[in-house]
This record gives sequence, structure tokens and C-alpha cells, in this order.
Amino acid sequence: MKFVDEFRAPELIAKAGQEIRRLADPNRHYRIMEVCGGHTHAIYRFGLKDLLPANVELIHGPGCPVCVLPMGRIDDGLSMAAQPDFIFAAFGDMMRVPGTHGSPLEYKARGMDVRIVYSPADALKLARNNPEKHVMFFAIGFETTAPSTALTVIRAKAEGLHNFSVFCNHVTIIPAIRAILDSPDMRLDGFVGPGHVSTVIGCRPYEWIAKDEGKPVVVSGFEPLDILQSIVMLLRQLRKGEAKVENQYKRVVPWEGNRAALRAMAEVFELRPYFEWRGLGFISQSALKIRASFREWDSEQRFSVPGVRVTDPKAAQCGEVLKGVLKPAQCKLFGRECTPEQPVGALMVSSEGSCAAYYNYEHRKPVTIARAAAS
Amino acid sequence: MCLAIPGKIVEIDLQNAHLAVVDVVGVRRKVDLGLLQDEPPVPGDWVLIHVGFAMSKISEADARDQMQTLTMLGEAEAAIEEVRGYGLENEELDKPAQRWKQ
Amino acid sequence: MATPATKIRFREPQIEMAHGAGGKASRRLVEGLFAPLLYGSCQGPLGDAAHIQINGTRIAMTTDSFVVKPLRFPGGSIGELAINGTVNDLAVSGARAEAIVVTYILEAGLPTDILEAEVRAMGQAAEKAGVVIAGGDTKVVDHGQADQMYITTTGIGRLLSGVEISPQSVRPSDKVLLSGPIGDHGITILLARGDLDLEAELCSDTRSVLPLVQGLVGVAGPGVRWMRDPTRGGVATSLNELARDCGYGVVLFEEKIPVRDSVRGACELLGLDPLHIANEGQFLAIVSSEHAESALQALRATPGGEEATIIGDVREQPASAVLVTTRYGGSRLVDMLVGDPLPRIC
Repeated sequence: MKFVDEFRAPELIAKAGQEIRRLADPNRHYRIMEVCGGHTHAIYRFGLKDLLPANVELIHGPGCPVCVLPMGRIDDGLSMAAQPDFIFAAFGDMMRVPGTHGSPLEYKARGMDVRIVYSPADALKLARNNPEKHVMFFAIGFETTAPSTALTVIRAKAEGLHNFSVFCNHVTIIPAIRAILDSPDMRLDGFVGPGHVSTVIGCRPYEWIAKDEGKPVVVSGFEPLDILQSIVMLLRQLRKGEAKVENQYKRVVPWEGNRAALRAMAEVFELRPYFEWRGLGFISQSALKIRASFREWDSEQRFSVPGVRVTDPKAAQCGEVLKGVLKPAQCKLFGRECTPEQPVGALMVSSEGSCAAYYNYEHRKPVTIARAAAS
Repeated sequence: MCLAIPGKIVEIDLQNAHLAVVDVVGVRRKVDLGLLQDEPPVPGDWVLIHVGFAMSKISEADARDQMQTLTMLGEAEAAIEEVRGYGLENEELDKPAQRWKQ
Repeated sequence: MATPATKIRFREPQIEMAHGAGGKASRRLVEGLFAPLLYGSCQGPLGDAAHIQINGTRIAMTTDSFVVKPLRFPGGSIGELAINGTVNDLAVSGARAEAIVVTYILEAGLPTDILEAEVRAMGQAAEKAGVVIAGGDTKVVDHGQADQMYITTTGIGRLLSGVEISPQSVRPSDKVLLSGPIGDHGITILLARGDLDLEAELCSDTRSVLPLVQGLVGVAGPGVRWMRDPTRGGVATSLNELARDCGYGVVLFEEKIPVRDSVRGACELLGLDPLHIANEGQFLAIVSSEHAESALQALRATPGGEEATIIGDVREQPASAVLVTTRYGGSRLVDMLVGDPLPRIC
């Protein structure tokens, strides 16, 4: 695959690993956060941790849009959809996320019309093809996905399709990073910045992290060479005592972002005054809702939403894992009561959840078992 | 979801200029080009696809530059260290490292 | 014999789609509900076919049902799957299919020409596979109760000589052989449903694998420890079942696993793993290391087996698990299929 295979060349990966070892000051312990869940998965999938020296530690950030949704929002979506002639459409990732009374898939088994879609455009197509039903698209994602939802709403309005609405759960990345940096338990040296969010918002929104907080940020691609090169760039800055924003993912990320995407978002969405994030609590101006001008296509404005706050089961430590305070295996329920098959929290089911990544890639590997036995 | 993959534009829909067929290793998919309306891609261009929408054009030139940098990773520094080993301490020798930074 | 005291370990209150997906949930249902009540004292591992002794003769018997949607797809149809699927289950248990009986559950309102097309397809597939269709039964249910048609086939066969399949005979250093590229069937069905705006030059791989199995067994019979056709749940599920049954680990080399570009592309676009996708014309074989090379050559020399490869081996660790390693040094555990990303696939 072009633009993929080249960035997985084993010799270059080995070289990058060596360069990291050379750059890492043996007297320092580096704590680097990769914000995006996609990076977390890539790191585990390609075994990148094994290439890093022990004093370069990667901390998983809260960049998993499914994981940060409190259970109450899942319940809200399912309760709105529990009416006749209703289709609940969502990405595959959402299907096994537990709500208080079950996941979307479990609701499907009980008779709700639940469909997996791979694009908001698929959901709109469902509405077009099922005029006698109402299609509700459960929209999730950071700024990577929000523009696509926005454009779909714009198209729905242009087409005059009224049997379509969006339950908007889009969140924004910068407030999440701010909350992490404000957290007293967190000491970080730098960030591997979210590559795909940045194709939309560009690199400027991270400048305050470098200027005000003095932490370098390198916006990174998702192939192993991208991630390793970004770590190299971070270590170079740290060695020189620098803190700036750099763009490693130049082949895809424009420094100024995608104007058309930002315009579509501005046309359809506005910021909610505040929104609750699992693990990070209520954060102001951190989530999107649909503007009044598009109220017809906003599920929350068309249907009644219970809006009940549901806290996670007491024993679950989803919040701490999301913040990076705990590693997945340190949660008391990990691998026991909480597995990909029977998840307690979304982090174990989402394709970007750090618990899922750890469980699928690392957890039962001989080297991990041996390490645990030795410690 | 961050899942985004590269695909090549094969043809633009004649009736809907914002729709295109993209090829991903032999699989063809219809993709919405609405987010690239300021600089619409043409057949032959590579784009990054996320949930059925093209997010950005992929620059082959930047990809090539990056591969070159990666291929030479560590070589400049290794050369510098070797020279340092000869005892020729010189501030100037730090400058070449700047060239390789992105 | 099930008694009132027989313990049911299946605790789930209702049946979900996942219970029919061939992965973890299916296994829980079979092991937790069916086995205790139906298999009684038979404690052995569950295989593709049952081997029964009647008057000193050992015969193999298997059954399978087909609920694929859509009925027709590039490369085949439900009728062909129904014959090949049962022939294959017998083949990978080390038996040659002799006779099949068929049951049809038909929906009232089903156009006759659709039924006729499937019956013809079954007749042709049976002839090609060298198996006799010995009888059957038909039921019709109300419109809306059977989604056009469901087919069940039950087959019996004679055991091939020189081969004894058992997960207990698997040993570390045995090799994992795969007959050809994976994922073709599942992805073909997904695309044929037309819900996704995806197109590819792809068709189902449905076929009888009996000639390949015979070719393999003819040359490497004594070295063949275990075989399975990776249908629902894919290669990952089949090998996880083996790993669990034999207690050893199966280590696969990602680059060796044959996957067509279009299957890989579709999986990337949809976030699916080819190792979890159903196949209808491939099989896995565990062969002792001494016999592995000749086994591979035998497969490659048989028509249809040209793309056979050794994709990995059996090791002590990771015990009861399947690990996939990559050339860039990473590795990941691959579990049985969880959930049901591709319902009604076969």
C-alpha cells in the first residue's frame, strides 16, 4: 500500500530506534504523551515500546472520542431511538459500548433497528432509502470527524430530508489537553500531537502548549516511522531545552488546517457551554452542538433526552486510565471483570481505547508475562 | 475515530462533482470531496480518507522528503560524533544538524 | 445422559447474533448449553465432524446450516455453500463425503425460479464434489419468517486411510499450513449486500477442499495432526480453538499469510482483520515439521492449491493463544472473533 508500506520499512525503523537511544539523556526520565487513541494502537500494534529505552516513557492520552463519553450519553441516544419506525445508526465502534441497560447491539437483539455505518453519508443514505422511518446518527469523534458530520447535515438540509437527525457527541481536543496539563498528578515533557485532527485544525492550536507551558509538540503521522520520527524530534527539542510545535506529518497536515472543513463546522456547530468527559469531569467549551439554524437535524432538539448523569461502576478506573494516571493493567477490573467481550467501560471496546490496545496486543504476550513474573 | 487511509482518485462523478471514486489497493469506494472544495483534487491525486470523506491531499513530494530524512537519520550526528572523537571541538559542527530538522 | 443435575454453564438471558458468529459467544453456547445437555459423557474436544463406530466401521458425520444473505453472490450461492460446506467439514475431519441429505426451510412467496436456481446449483456442486444427495425434507413458513430460504445439509463419509486427526497429537515445532488466500468469501458477501459504496474484483472462494486434503494426506498422512476449515470467525478463531484444545501456542508470521490486495484494502477501509473473516474454500492443517515441506509441495501440486503456504508454527508459548509477529519486530495476540461484525455470512 502506497504511503503506508514505505513508512514501515524495518531497516529504517531500526535506525530510528537507535537514534532515539542516542538522543535520550540517561540521566533523564522522559514522559511523552501521545494524545490520540490511534497513536496508542499503532504503538502497541507495531511493538514500538520495545524499541524505546527504558527512560523514554509513553503515556496514553484521552484521545478516544468513544471512551470519553459518559455512559449517560449512550443511554440518551438509545432512549431517543426506542420508538417505532426509528433507525439507530452509528459507527461499528459504538456497537458494543455499554450503556446502563445494555449496548446498542444488545438493544438490537431486543428488537431495536440498529445499523452499523462507516460514514455519516451512509446514515443519510439510510434516511433517503427509508422515507417512512427516522434515522438518528449517533455522531462521535474529535475535529477529525466533525466536519464530515457537518457536511452531511448541510447536505440533508439542502436535500430537504427531514427523516434524518444527528445526536451530536463531537468533542474538541484542545480543552482535553488543557485539562491534562492542569491536572496536578500529571508531569509531562512533551506531546506526540494528533495527526488527523490536525488535518482539520492545523498546527497553530497547539502553540500555547509550547509557549505558555513550555512543552514541545510534534504533530505526528500514524505509521511506525512517523511515530518514531516524532519522538526523535521531541527528544532533539528537549535536549536543546526548546519548546515549539513541529509538523512531522507534513505530507498530509497543512499548517493552517483545512479551511473548508472549519467553515462547514462553523456553519453547523457551536460550542456547548460545558460538557462532561469521563475522567476529566465537566470541561467548558469542549464539545459541539448543532446550531438553531439546523435544529430540524438535531436529535436533541427534536426528541426528548433524559439527560441523566450516570457514573461509572465504582470499581472501574476508566477516568484514571483516560488521564494517563493509571496504565490499563493497573485498573483492578482489567482482564478480569472487564474484557473486550464483556466490557465494563468503553476503553475496552473502542478501536482507540488504551485498554483494548493493551489487552489485544500486549497483555498475554510471553515477554509481558515474563516481566510480570520477574517483578 | 482516527482511522484514515490513503487512496487514489480514479474518477469524479459526472453528476455530483463532490463525489469521487477512490481506489484503495484495488477496492473502489465512493468518497465525498466536499471538505476539499477549496482545492478540488483531480484523478490521479492521492487523498487521505476518513469515514467516507477526503480530508486532505497527500503530497508525494513531502513523502519523498520525509523518506530521505529517515534514510539519513543519525548519519549526520554519527559523523559529527566521529569528528568530535578526534578532539576537534568546534561550535560550527553543531550547525549541520539544523539541516536535517523538519 | 443429561440428568436434572447436569450443570448448565451458559448464563446469558437471551440469544444474540454473536452466538451464531462462530467466535467466542458461539463457543460459550455450545460448551455451556449444548454439550452438557446433549453430549453427556463425551468429554472430547469439539470437532468439525463426529466419528461414530457402527458394527466395527468408523464413519464421519456432520451437519451445517446456511443462512447467507444475499442468496447469490459473485463466485457462488447458498446452494453451493450448502454442499461444499458439509463436504469440507468431513474432509478436514479426515473423511471423504459419501452422501448428503438436505432440508429446506422456505418462505411463502419465494419465487420458484429462485428455488430452482439453488437446487440446480446444489446438484452441480454435489456432482463436482463426488457426493450423492440421498434425500431431504422441505418446510414452508409464513412470509417474513425465513428470509427467502434457509438450507441445512447433513453429510456422512468414510474415513480416509492413513490419517488420524486429533488436537492432542499437536506438538511444538509442528508447522501451520494454509491452503490459499483468506478473506475472499466474507468480504465478497459484505460487498454483495450493497450497503457500502464499495466495489472490488472479488468473489467467494467456495469449493470442495477434498481433493486438496486427499493430496495432502496421500503424501504426508502420518504427519497430519489436525485440520480445520476456517469459516465463520476466520483463521484466528480456528487456530484459537486449536490452541485451547492442545494447550500450546500458535505463532503466525504476518507477511506469510496470503491475503489478496482487494481483501486487504476492504479490511483497511472497514477496520476489519482478515484473520477474522469467513472462508469457504480454504483449510488449515497442522503438520509435523518432518513432513511439512513435502506436505506443502503436495498441496501446491494439486489444482487449486498453488497458493498454499506455511504461515507459522506451534510453540510452547504463548500457551493456548495465537500470536502474530511482524517483520518489524512487533507482535500481537489475536483472539477468537468477539461479537459479530459480519452477520449472515454463510
